[in-house]
Amino acid sequence: MTNHWIDIKNADAVLIMGSNAAEHHPVCFKWIMKAKDNGAVIMHVDPKFSRTSARSDFHVPLRSGTDIAFLGGMLNYIFETESYFKDYILNYTNAAFLVGKGYAFNDGLFSGYNPETRSYDRSAWAFETNADGSPVRDTSFSHERCVFNLLKKHYARYTMKNVSDVTGVSEENLLKVYKAFCATAKPDKAGTILYALGWTQHTVGAQNIRASALIQLLLGNIGVAGGGINALRGEPNVQGSTDHALLYDNLPGYIALPRAKWQTLADFNKDNTPVTAVKNSANWWSNRPKYFASLLKGWFGDEATPENDFCYGLLPKGEDGEDYSYMYIMERVYQGKIKGGFVFGVNPMNSFPNTNKMRLALDNLDWMVCSELHNSETTDNWRRPGADPKTKKTEVFLLPSAHRVEKAGTISNSGRWVLWFDKAVEPGGEARSFADIFVPLINKLRDMYRTEGGTLPEPLLKLNWPETYDPEEWTRRINGFFWADTQIGDKLYKRGQLVPAFANLLADGTTSSLNWLYTGSYTEEDGNKSKRRDPSQTPMQANIGLYPNWSWCWPVNRRILYNRASVDLNGKPFNPKKAVIEWDGTKWAGDVPDGPWAPQADTKNGKLPFIMTKDGYAQLYGPNLKDGPLPEHYEPAETPVAEHPFSRQNSSPVFKFFASDMDKIAEAADERFPIVLTTYSMTEHWCGGGETRNVPNLLETEPQLYIEMSHELAEEKGIKNGDGVIIESLRGRVEAIAMVTVRIRPFTVMGRTIHLVGMPFAYGWTTPDCGDSTNRLTVTACDPNTSIPELKACCVNVTRADKLTEIA
Amino acid sequence: MPKAFLIDTTRCTACRGCQVACKEWHDLPANSTKQRGSHQNPPDLNPYNLKIVRFHEHLDAQGNVVWNFFPDQCRHCLTPVCKDVADMAVPDAIVRDPKTGIVLFTEKTAQLSPDDVRAVTDACPYNIPRYDEKTKQLVKCDMCVDRVSAGLPPVCVKTCPTGAMVFGEREEVLDTAQKRLDAAMQRFPKAHLVDVEDVSVVYLLAEEKEYYYEYASFM
Repeated sequence: MTNHWIDIKNADAVLIMGSNAAEHHPVCFKWIMKAKDNGAVIMHVDPKFSRTSARSDFHVPLRSGTDIAFLGGMLNYIFETESYFKDYILNYTNAAFLVGKGYAFNDGLFSGYNPETRSYDRSAWAFETNADGSPVRDTSFSHERCVFNLLKKHYARYTMKNVSDVTGVSEENLLKVYKAFCATAKPDKAGTILYALGWTQHTVGAQNIRASALIQLLLGNIGVAGGGINALRGEPNVQGSTDHALLYDNLPGYIALPRAKWQTLADFNKDNTPVTAVKNSANWWSNRPKYFASLLKGWFGDEATPENDFCYGLLPKGEDGEDYSYMYIMERVYQGKIKGGFVFGVNPMNSFPNTNKMRLALDNLDWMVCSELHNSETTDNWRRPGADPKTKKTEVFLLPSAHRVEKAGTISNSGRWVLWFDKAVEPGGEARSFADIFVPLINKLRDMYRTEGGTLPEPLLKLNWPETYDPEEWTRRINGFFWADTQIGDKLYKRGQLVPAFANLLADGTTSSLNWLYTGSYTEEDGNKSKRRDPSQTPMQANIGLYPNWSWCWPVNRRILYNRASVDLNGKPFNPKKAVIEWDGTKWAGDVPDGPWAPQADTKNGKLPFIMTKDGYAQLYGPNLKDGPLPEHYEPAETPVAEHPFSRQNSSPVFKFFASDMDKIAEAADERFPIVLTTYSMTEHWCGGGETRNVPNLLETEPQLYIEMSHELAEEKGIKNGDGVIIESLRGRVEAIAMVTVRIRPFTVMGRTIHLVGMPFAYGWTTPDCGDSTNRLTVTACDPNTSIPELKACCVNVTRADKLTEIA
Repeated sequence: MPKAFLIDTTRCTACRGCQVACKEWHDLPANSTKQRGSHQNPPDLNPYNLKIVRFHEHLDAQGNVVWNFFPDQCRHCLTPVCKDVADMAVPDAIVRDPKTGIVLFTEKTAQLSPDDVRAVTDACPYNIPRYDEKTKQLVKCDMCVDRVSAGLPPVCVKTCPTGAMVFGEREEVLDTAQKRLDAAMQRFPKAHLVDVEDVSVVYLLAEEKEYYYEYASFM
């Protein structure tokens, strides 16, 4: 989230798209209802009418996988009606930048495309620069290659008719959303966008979110109260786990994974430290070497010195261009290239797409370690239905896991608040938390290296590693320590004391931090700030529901990111009634501003508001993604549509896929699979259901796998409500109970009827008679930037079943 | 002071936190249920579910989908007919606490004959009482009498994330109900408070009861 949960109440328009907020984040509806009470319009754009739609002012059904077409139509509407916030885009975005002559867009392809490698040479999309390297700006917006005009031209193709034809949304409904949301372009109005996996789990997932960024920037909705782009994070700590490098291509604090091409720390820093020629750009990532050196110092302690590159050489390096995402890991397992491993915190044999492939792949492992509350489809894969356990070689070590109420620590919520929680009860039996498994395991390995030797012992033996796990101590390590006595202002910090703020982190080995974003969360002065539960606030903060003394929020307790864009060049709020920050001539009041500098009008000390971009301007045109500098509509990898009006490039030219015999993707408009399937979670079960199917009171509320379908499709197929149904895709077959409902309607797409069905993925065979993995149907096609698979759209057929074997 | 509930269905998201919390607080075991083509599960009130959320969907005159949610429970009538009927057979099988207005089915309901049980059940205008074969007692929502006596709100109210349920002194709750109704009327011209003079659990419905549940209201 750029903003935070409470801030939703400040919105004048709430667009919920790619999310079923009421069902998957029930408590957030408290704040959505408060916005509604204050007169906000609540809109839900989603394939299915859900409990979110029921409480919205209106619901607009959209064919799954056509969000960019829908949002592209809104961008066109903004340009046609000139309902953009002119001062904002001129001063705070790259609207005025000139794009270089190398950029072109032709019939669905951007310049620089290589069909053999299915990739773009992104240098073709570069900005035009002055001699000093700074971007050429055309503040009159008259040059045809200025971003403003390129955008306008690109989205002029997204006419109401084209968008309606592709999305299946009526022109009337399109206009209803566009009008209501774009009314927030006024300086004193704000609109928020709430999204979740409904946007990310597509072959164009990153571009879905980029499209929302374009809209929010054009309307001036970033940085303001009640605005922003707000990812509703599903698992309570998914924000924290992302911050701490759950993702395969990051180290903690969003530092790139070291790659083979960067053999030394200097190599790494050279390619990962942006340099700007724009004088008033803060270019915050120019500090990255300080954060990386401090991270290495945190990992290796006194062993890390400037002379040995702080042990950078001991880190494993990814091969250049190799993808280490979970889809690719499973592909390597399927190919027999990985012999064993740890599967923690996920149930891939139920939750990963194309589960039939995943289940076969796992058979190739010699050994596997799992830590679970309950046996799952993954831990027990060797005895799955249809498998002969005698032929399965995998030795499974199943460690009993502590439940989250059986451990203490912090979670970071969607609004980036770091919240401490206490242990409610001791773990039952021999159960342990993951950390209480990992810390002794590493110590055991260290002992073995010490006593028995082995290949490359240094990475483990040089680790700054504790004897036992203590969550509070780890919270201190994350904040970071001084490793030499250091004078800051009038205060002397001794070696071993906590670093007060990330501005004090250095690249010389005198500081450590396991995550720079969290430096300042635990200080000598104020202790463990994740434990703060103090509701005090100034009247200005109270006015927008901002609680600076309640827990702590990264970065530097800033509750609304990019808040320097909520004020004009002189630091005066665009919306004085809901001011986030305000400059009084000498200092800022309100939220913690994005940097302490004076407002932009101060030509000597002022800074541009988007401090995390190299040149300080928000990127309407973004040359960094792998699939284009501007979002463009492409059909899902599997689609009932053979051609669309935007280009002859039907699906994304760069989506990732696999070539194995188990990775089939149906041709566009394959008559055998004419129906769109979208999949989702539900309120009553937790993700794949591995935990909640073992909670009888929850299983009672949602006991078995269902498929939601329209009355029209049911009639066409001779299916009645409550009937057993067989659903088939090119990859698998699944049984479910029909839920025939008015909440799913047929779509009219380019003149013909297209049906859509929806299924949850919470059921698996280890719970008797409830059904088995929906993901046996879904497709292993992935976004080129994130490698997230397209779980939200694939093609299936449905038939009435005379007899069910998976559900009873 | 008599207590009251407001259940404002225009704020309910059917998360069913109330339904599950009720079971948890009362230590009631799970039923074995099946998917029958509806999210409403268990399909009806039963001895182990004293509160369930009912789902009703339809298309309105303009063709828009309407999905209504009705967290169903005992209304704790000011003059409970169930008690009048039960008193004729077994005095104090059903009692009403004059202080809080809570209507309670006691262990003495086990002494009611099958005919009496049927008479009590039939007398309820809201189809609430359920017969527990195991204990031979009649059961229903007890408004979390243990919590209320200790100054806590009923657990369903405590669980509700959106403020659909409000609990407190009757006068204050009715005042809130009227304000909520005035606000709801702007969007739902047919919004109304159900049987407000006769019950302690007041529902705010957005449209006629047939679009919620046939026993949603008596009048």
